Amino acid sequence: MGLETADEGRDAAEVGIPPIQRIVVDGEIPPVRVAHQIRNGVSSELEEQFVVKQDFEIPSWAEERMRVESLGVRFGQKEAVKDVSLEVNSGEVLALIGPSGCGKTTLLRSLNKLVDLTPTAVRGGRILLDGKDTDLMDDTLLRKQVGMLFQQPNPFPMSIFDNVAYGLRERGTKRPGKKELEPIVVDALERAGIWAEVSDNLNHPALSLSGGQQQRLCIARSLAVRPEVLLLDEPCSALDPISTAIIEETIVELKSEIAIVIVTHNLQQAERVADKVGFMYLGDLVEYGSVEQVFNAPMAERTKDYVRGDFG
Amino acid sequence: MAAKATRRTRARRPRKRKKITARGTWSIADRLGLLLAWATGIFLCLVAFAITIYLALKGIQYINVEALTTRPEAGADQAETGGFLDPILGTVILTILGAAIATPIGVGIAIWLTEYGRPTSLARFVEAGIEIIVGAPSIVLAIFGLLIFQSSVMSPFSFTAAGGEVFGRSFFAAGAVMSLIALPFVVGGTREALNSIPKHVREASYALGKDQASTIRRVLLPSARSGIATGSTLGMAQIAGDTAVVVVVLGASLQLAPEGSIPVIDVLKGTGSTLTSYVFSNSPAGEGNAPEKAYAAAFVLLSIVIGLNLFVNRLTKRGQHKWD
Repeated sequence: MGLETADEGRDAAEVGIPPIQRIVVDGEIPPVRVAHQIRNGVSSELEEQFVVKQDFEIPSWAEERMRVESLGVRFGQKEAVKDVSLEVNSGEVLALIGPSGCGKTTLLRSLNKLVDLTPTAVRGGRILLDGKDTDLMDDTLLRKQVGMLFQQPNPFPMSIFDNVAYGLRERGTKRPGKKELEPIVVDALERAGIWAEVSDNLNHPALSLSGGQQQRLCIARSLAVRPEVLLLDEPCSALDPISTAIIEETIVELKSEIAIVIVTHNLQQAERVADKVGFMYLGDLVEYGSVEQVFNAPMAERTKDYVRGDFG
Repeated sequence: MAAKATRRTRARRPRKRKKITARGTWSIADRLGLLLAWATGIFLCLVAFAITIYLALKGIQYINVEALTTRPEAGADQAETGGFLDPILGTVILTILGAAIATPIGVGIAIWLTEYGRPTSLARFVEAGIEIIVGAPSIVLAIFGLLIFQSSVMSPFSFTAAGGEVFGRSFFAAGAVMSLIALPFVVGGTREALNSIPKHVREASYALGKDQASTIRRVLLPSARSGIATGSTLGMAQIAGDTAVVVVVLGASLQLAPEGSIPVIDVLKGTGSTLTSYVFSNSPAGEGNAPEKAYAAAFVLLSIVIGLNLFVNRLTKRGQHKWD
């Protein structure tokens, strides 16, 4: 399966999909760029009334990091994701919302190919990271660039320092020592907003921290390998409201540096942190647009019903 | 009086009444069953305590520094036969040797079964093999071990007679057979620990760009540490308590009888005894016929095994509540 998609990817490249150029920015201000038209959010399999046919433009400050092109994922006979296309931009938080079992987590896990670990999973379509087909990339390299945070806080049973340094320690003869790693670890902990709480006890076991702290430690662990994209799979569903608020603050702070995709069941949370929202239903991406548009002026009936709270 | 009190509570607290009537509707058979369950449970406790207390009373009066620190000697009188230092050492050596062989092999098997386990038919075959070892009486394993270690290939592990015949009995041989007895416990403990690690912890490691090998080495094995320790400690308790293997594969010399001139290796190559074989040979059933020493040694053995089990209890308590 992996080989097939790889071939498809190569063919498509020959046909001439232009490679996406990364623009290196001098200074603080990201370049102003007219966003691409949204052809997505259109699903041929839904009834007419649910389908958004209108093309519209959203002015965007964003820089495209990942592009999903007609992604489909099946688990055995069950179609989890059907022909979804969207972009993930840096400087933005993309929230995927939708009722349970609509495929948003599967879509998220496809972005770092974690879905490939499920033996029954079959994946089609293309996912590009900075213009490169992820199927042609080594899994471990891809996952270093696309980090992920899980529903349950899951620090490893080692010290706080070792948790953050875990991703940096490569196998091999020349392993970086503690001194070389320290600035990176401290930086990651600072960016995840947990440095002040753990600076005195970096050698304490990570599992002795509270749930919210553990989750922020997991953010630091992901940030330490300097990813370009961070995937968050309902990161706050196991946390109390205060920890949730701190994590959300961290997410908003981080979005200036990296692209963030968050799956959430909590519509208020999506409204608070997201810039773009994708609404999924039964494996289809029904609507994809700016947070104001999706929540205040949804185009599809389904979206309207869902954000109003009629189902889900 | 009591009935009156309940009636009054009934009137005031309807919730409590429900509970009382639920009990009240128990039939005679159910009540008898409950009584029997209680009785059998208490009976088991009594038996366990009786064994411990009886052995303690019988054993402690014969335990003294001399018994614990002098070597056993052959003699017609109990006063001349010395203590049981060598059997204690033998038990310790054999237990550690057996666990040292069983732990890495058992952990390896458990990792393969839980993390790889492919092809499925082979995994099932391995599981069946473990079941067979669990089910096999230790005397069968002992005879099998003796057969192996008497072959000339295995001559470095025991003493070779002048005629070229391999003796096949040594701490090495007994340790190898004992490791089979401990192996299922190590495999079981490790598998249980690995299975209790949630999937998302493995995925968190993959999501950081790590492969399966480093995930196992750096995340899964450290997480399973207490499970592995529990398994090998349970295995050690089994080794310490086994008699058949000692009698058949360790040889029956009461004293440690080193073989060769290299330190440590000479002891392992030689024969000896353990507390179990010492108890057996000094009991009225054996040849020594020194029941007092048998009681004392039995008590020491029981203390070791109970100590190991208490240690397991502590380990399992410490290993809980990680994620989740």
